[in-house]
Amino acid sequence: MAYSDVNRRRAREIIDRYPRARSAILPLAHLAQDQDGYLSRDAMAEIAELVGASPAEVYGTCSFYTMFKLEPVGKYVVSVCTNVTCLVLGGPELYEHLRDRYADDDDVHVEEVECLAACDGAPCLQVNYDFHLSLTAQHADELVESYKRGELVARTVSGGRR
Amino acid sequence: MPETRMLTRRLHEHPDDSWTADVAIADGAYDALRATLERDSGDVAKEIEVAVLRGRGGAGFPTATKWSFLPDDSFPRYLVVNADEGEPSTFKDHMLLQRDPHQLLEGVIISSYAIGCDLAFVYVRGEFALGGERLEQAIADAHRHGFLGRDILGSGFDLEVVVHRGAGAYICGEETALLESLEGERGMPRIRPPFPAVEGLYAKPTVVNNVETLSAVPHIMSMGGARYAELGVDRSKGTRIFSLSGHVRRPGNYEVELGKTTFRDLIFDDDLGGGVPGDRTVKFFIPGGASSQWLTGSDEHLDAPLDMDYVQKTFGVMLGSGAVMVYDETVDPALVAWRLVKFFAHESCGKCTPCREGAGWMEKVLYRISHGLGRPQDLDLLLDVGDNISPGLDAPFSQTTICPLGPSAVSAVVSLDKFFRDEVLEKCPTRIPVAVGGAT
Repeated sequence: MAYSDVNRRRAREIIDRYPRARSAILPLAHLAQDQDGYLSRDAMAEIAELVGASPAEVYGTCSFYTMFKLEPVGKYVVSVCTNVTCLVLGGPELYEHLRDRYADDDDVHVEEVECLAACDGAPCLQVNYDFHLSLTAQHADELVESYKRGELVARTVSGGRR
Repeated sequence: MPETRMLTRRLHEHPDDSWTADVAIADGAYDALRATLERDSGDVAKEIEVAVLRGRGGAGFPTATKWSFLPDDSFPRYLVVNADEGEPSTFKDHMLLQRDPHQLLEGVIISSYAIGCDLAFVYVRGEFALGGERLEQAIADAHRHGFLGRDILGSGFDLEVVVHRGAGAYICGEETALLESLEGERGMPRIRPPFPAVEGLYAKPTVVNNVETLSAVPHIMSMGGARYAELGVDRSKGTRIFSLSGHVRRPGNYEVELGKTTFRDLIFDDDLGGGVPGDRTVKFFIPGGASSQWLTGSDEHLDAPLDMDYVQKTFGVMLGSGAVMVYDETVDPALVAWRLVKFFAHESCGKCTPCREGAGWMEKVLYRISHGLGRPQDLDLLLDVGDNISPGLDAPFSQTTICPLGPSAVSAVVSLDKFFRDEVLEKCPTRIPVAVGGAT
C-alpha cells in the first residue's frame, strides 16, 4: 500500500468527482507525489487498482508528463525558464548558475523548463510551483537559501500544500 | 492611449483581493448570471453571436458557431475550460485565473446554462499551483452563495465544476489532447472528425473554450451583444488582452479594443509598452505566440492594426494567443528560432512522424547555425524539412500532422528565411566538410 489512510480516502473522493475513474489518474498521481516527494512504482500500482487500470497503463500515462518525477528529486524543485522571452533577458545564464551551484545538493533539483507564463517578470523561475520573478543570480541564490532555512514555506514537489 | 479595461477592470481596481468572493460579489460578480437565469437559455448563444465573440485561445473560431455544432438531443454533454496556457510568452489566462477566478466561473456557469450541461471541467495547467488553488476556493465560495450546485438561484438549473490539474505538457492546450489527458491518457491529439462537439470527452458532445473567451461572456450578457460589438472592427470585436514581453520598458498584459490599436501603439505608447529600453530599435517581433510567423520593425508592420483578419490576410501572421514578443537590434534571430524550435521538439507528443522527427532535426540544424557551426546550405535544408511537415510553407499552413504543433515549429524557420536570410548566410560562411555518412 502506498497511500496513507487519509490520502486513500482523499483518493476515493477525487475519483467520485469524475464520470469515469480513469480520469483521476493525473490528480491521484499529484496526490501521491504530494505525499512521497516523487511518484513511486508502488503508488502507480495502487492508483491502477483504484481506477481499474493496469500498472503499465498508469505508468504509460504518468511518464508522459514532466511534472511527475519517477525518481526522488529532493525537497525543492527549482524550475528555471529559458524560453524565448527569458532567453534574451538572462534565463539561460540564471539556469546554468543555479544548476552548477546546486549540482551536489541532494535537496535542490534544478531543471530547465519551458515558458511558465510569467514573461512580464522575465527571467522567472518556480520553486515547487510558486513563482519568483525578475531574478538576478544573487537574488535566486538568496531565495533558494531562504527556502532551505525554512524562512519561506515551500509547497510539495507537486505544488500542493503540506 | 489608455487601455479599455473590461475583463481586467476588477483585478486592477482591487489589486490586493480581487480574487476573493467578498470583493468580487460586492463588485458585481454573478449579477450577469442572476439576470441570465431569468432568460431563456437559448438567448445566451444569440447574444454571443451578435457580439461576434471569437475564441481567445489562438484559432479565433466564432464561439457561438462552436456551440451550435452540439447535436440537439444528445446528453450528457460537457463544457471543458482550457486553462492550460503554455504558448510561449502568453500570460493572460494565468492572470485571469489567479486574479479573477469568479469572473471565469461566472462565464462557465452562464455558458453551461446556455449549452445545457450539468458538469463542467476546468483543465488548469499543472504549474499554476496558486491559480488552481484560488479557483478551487472560488468554486467552494460559489457553492456557499448558491451560484453552483443544485437549483442555482432557484432556476432549476444544476451545475458542478471540477478543477483538473495538468502535469506539464504544452500539447494538452490542443483541445483533443486536453480531452485525452482529462480521460487519464497521454496527451496525444485525436484525428478529427469526429469533432469534440459531436464526440468529445467520454465520446459525448463537448465544448472546449479558453479562459479569456469565457471570462468575456458575463460582460456580453450584462451589456448585450450589440453593445459589445460596437467595440472593435469588422470581425474582430470587443477587447483582447495582449501579453507584451521582451525588449519593452513596461512588459505586461494590456487589454485594448481590437482593430483600433496598432502594434506600434502597443509597443511604444507610454500607457502601454513604453518603448524599447535604451531607445534601441525593434528588429523583429512575434505577433501571436510562438506558433505565428514573425513581423519586423518596419513601419508597414508596426503600423498594422491588432485585427485578427487584417494581419492574416496582409502578412500571413496570426494574433493567435495574443502574445507579442519584442526583440531589439542586439538579438540574433537564429538564436530565437533555435530556442523556439527546441521548444516544439521537446513538446512534440511523438504521435506523428513528421513532427516528432522533423522538429528534432530542425532543432539540431538551428543549433549549429546559431552557435557558429552553420553551413551555407543549412537554411535550405531547414526549409526542405519544414516542407515535409507543412507542405508549401504557407500561412495559414497546411499540415502532414494531426495537430498544428509541427507546422508551428516551421513558422520560425520560414520567418528566419523571409526576413533574415542574408544575416543567417553571413554567419555560415564556409562549407564545412561533411563527415562520412553525414547528411547533406
